[in-house]
Amino acid sequence: MRLGNLWAFGEGPSRKGPVHVGSPGARPETGRIRISDVSIEFNTNGRRNVAVDGADLEVEPGEFICLLGPSGCGKSTLMNAVAGFVEPTAGHVEVDGKRVNGPAPERGMVFQQHSLFPWKSVRKNVAFGPRMAGHSVTESDSIARTFLGMVGLSAYGNHYPSQLSGGMQQRVGIARALANYPDVLLMDEPFGALDAQTRSMMQQNLVDLRQEFHTTIIFVTHDIEEAVFLADRIIVMSASPGRLIEDIRVDLPHPRTHEIVTEPRFVELKKQCLDLIRAETTRAFEQQGQAV
Amino acid sequence: MTDKTVSVADDPAKVEPVAPEAGATMADVPAEAPGESRTDVRTAVSRGGASDGGAATAVSTRAWLKKSSGTWWGRYTVRILSVLVLIGLWHLASTYDFRLLLNFENVPAPGVVGGVLLELLSSDTFYRHIAASVERVAIAFGLATVSGVALGVFMGRIRLVEDVFSPYVEIFRPIPAVAWIPLAILMLPTEQSSIIFITFLGAFFPIVLNTMHGVDQTPKDLVRAARALGASSTSILIHVVLPAALPSIVAGMAIGMGIAWFSLLAGEIISGQYGIGYFTWSSYSLIQYPQIIVGMVTIGLLGTLSTLLVRYGTRPFLRWQR
Ligand SMILES: Nc1ncnc2c1ncn2[C@@H]1O[C@H](COP(=O)(O)OP(=O)(O)OP(=O)(O)O)[C@@H](O)[C@H]1O
Ligand SMILES: [Mg+2]
Repeated sequence: MRLGNLWAFGEGPSRKGPVHVGSPGARPETGRIRISDVSIEFNTNGRRNVAVDGADLEVEPGEFICLLGPSGCGKSTLMNAVAGFVEPTAGHVEVDGKRVNGPAPERGMVFQQHSLFPWKSVRKNVAFGPRMAGHSVTESDSIARTFLGMVGLSAYGNHYPSQLSGGMQQRVGIARALANYPDVLLMDEPFGALDAQTRSMMQQNLVDLRQEFHTTIIFVTHDIEEAVFLADRIIVMSASPGRLIEDIRVDLPHPRTHEIVTEPRFVELKKQCLDLIRAETTRAFEQQGQAV
Repeated sequence: MTDKTVSVADDPAKVEPVAPEAGATMADVPAEAPGESRTDVRTAVSRGGASDGGAATAVSTRAWLKKSSGTWWGRYTVRILSVLVLIGLWHLASTYDFRLLLNFENVPAPGVVGGVLLELLSSDTFYRHIAASVERVAIAFGLATVSGVALGVFMGRIRLVEDVFSPYVEIFRPIPAVAWIPLAILMLPTEQSSIIFITFLGAFFPIVLNTMHGVDQTPKDLVRAARALGASSTSILIHVVLPAALPSIVAGMAIGMGIAWFSLLAGEIISGQYGIGYFTWSSYSLIQYPQIIVGMVTIGLLGTLSTLLVRYGTRPFLRWQR
């Protein structure tokens, strides 16, 4: 697999110092995302493949958005466009009025798994962003300690990622992204590879973190319950070509705990999403069947 | 891990036309994985042997084999015994002039060779031979590592560089060291530089190819993660690409070190003065048979030691691997 020309990589603007660490309850002013009529096409073996079709979305600063949709509908592709890894074929993405044209530290990324640098200790992983932003080694180290503490992994700073469980690795991944004080946090199925128990613990963890961080979050998931539990808004995507078909406001109070899952409103929202997803998944299956 | 990166030997299509070089490379491979692979073979063999026996003796033999091969001491005892057995067989074969396929009539017995070895060990010249060879390998291997890693990284990252250089690598790589001798003499000013050049070529190609392969295999998500964390291209190279390629680079260096000694030996045909290869060749023309064997064993030992040096010297940088 080729990675392309290393020397063609764009250099993101480096930033020093925190932008906002909101006190509990405070709303940040940065992190407004505007996705304007974004279409993304791929050329696979000469065939045009529309992954995202005319996506339009505005995300308020500090909002928690869950992108929900059947497999292969273009969730990751849309998220990668916000991250700056994929350039839209049409339309554009803006964050705080600035057009996205390449990855940058103010848009943090948490991957599904295996994205920590295996050759760096846990602390050095978290310190990497601050180092790249121009902080000294000692400064970066102390920032890393702070953020590792926040995800409850202070004792594991000197471990290598391979010595940690999957859930712990994901927490390090979140700490690493947050250590850059991003305006936007992009999470592509960050708990997708974890078992059910760890997963629910991680969700609670993320809810707790949000008491301190009001970063705008786009969170991709397959899991409807996860989406309803975490999100302020759930955006449902249609089967390919991916369109944004539903914008569901989750009007459940914050901060949430897992007891909420039995509440009538929670169940109602879950059912609403389930019906939409079921219809879309059926459609996706039929489409894929025809394509063969 | 190594079998994927043994680029000279793994391509069956290329083995045929370059028999001497390919043979040397393959012989080199097990030597640089002393621990794991051989143990696997041995346990597999002892298990297989015992399972079709089934008798009480077979079971106890198996139990003994299991135990002795399990502990560290047991395993090294077996290794030392294995060497002693070979020396014993050699002694018998040369004392009784064994002649069947192999002819031992002109092979000096281990005792004679040992005597000559002791004699040589107390003479300065023998050490000068060793020092000359070690120096050549060190220079050639150092140059090969620096230039091989540099070229490999560029070839792995930039398609144009790969397209420009891969034809040269493909064409020159299979040429055995011996074939370079005439041209090396013609092209380079001194004997010393010709020998170092030939040795360099031996180490260079495995290092280039393994580096390129390792760089190519850098996980895409790690590069993305680094970019999203604000890393510049240079930082990505230093913090992501090189560490990701390091296991492969080290494997290439270990293979390169083995081939360097092999090539050095060919190159030292040229030398009229010093070098363990020269020592071995000239002993043959001077009909000093024990010296030949001393030279051979010395080359083997030096090759093994320097490969171990590569492995252990790089180990601190690879501690993150499980
Ligand atoms: N780099 C690429 N090159 C070509 N096609 C691509 C590329 N990335 C994605 N696609 C195509 O775009 C479509 C959407 O893919 P995407 O990964 O965004 O889906 P997804 O919703 O994230 O799926 P999943 O839930 O399985 O992760 C798919 O048809 C996929 O084949
Ligand atoms: Mg995806």
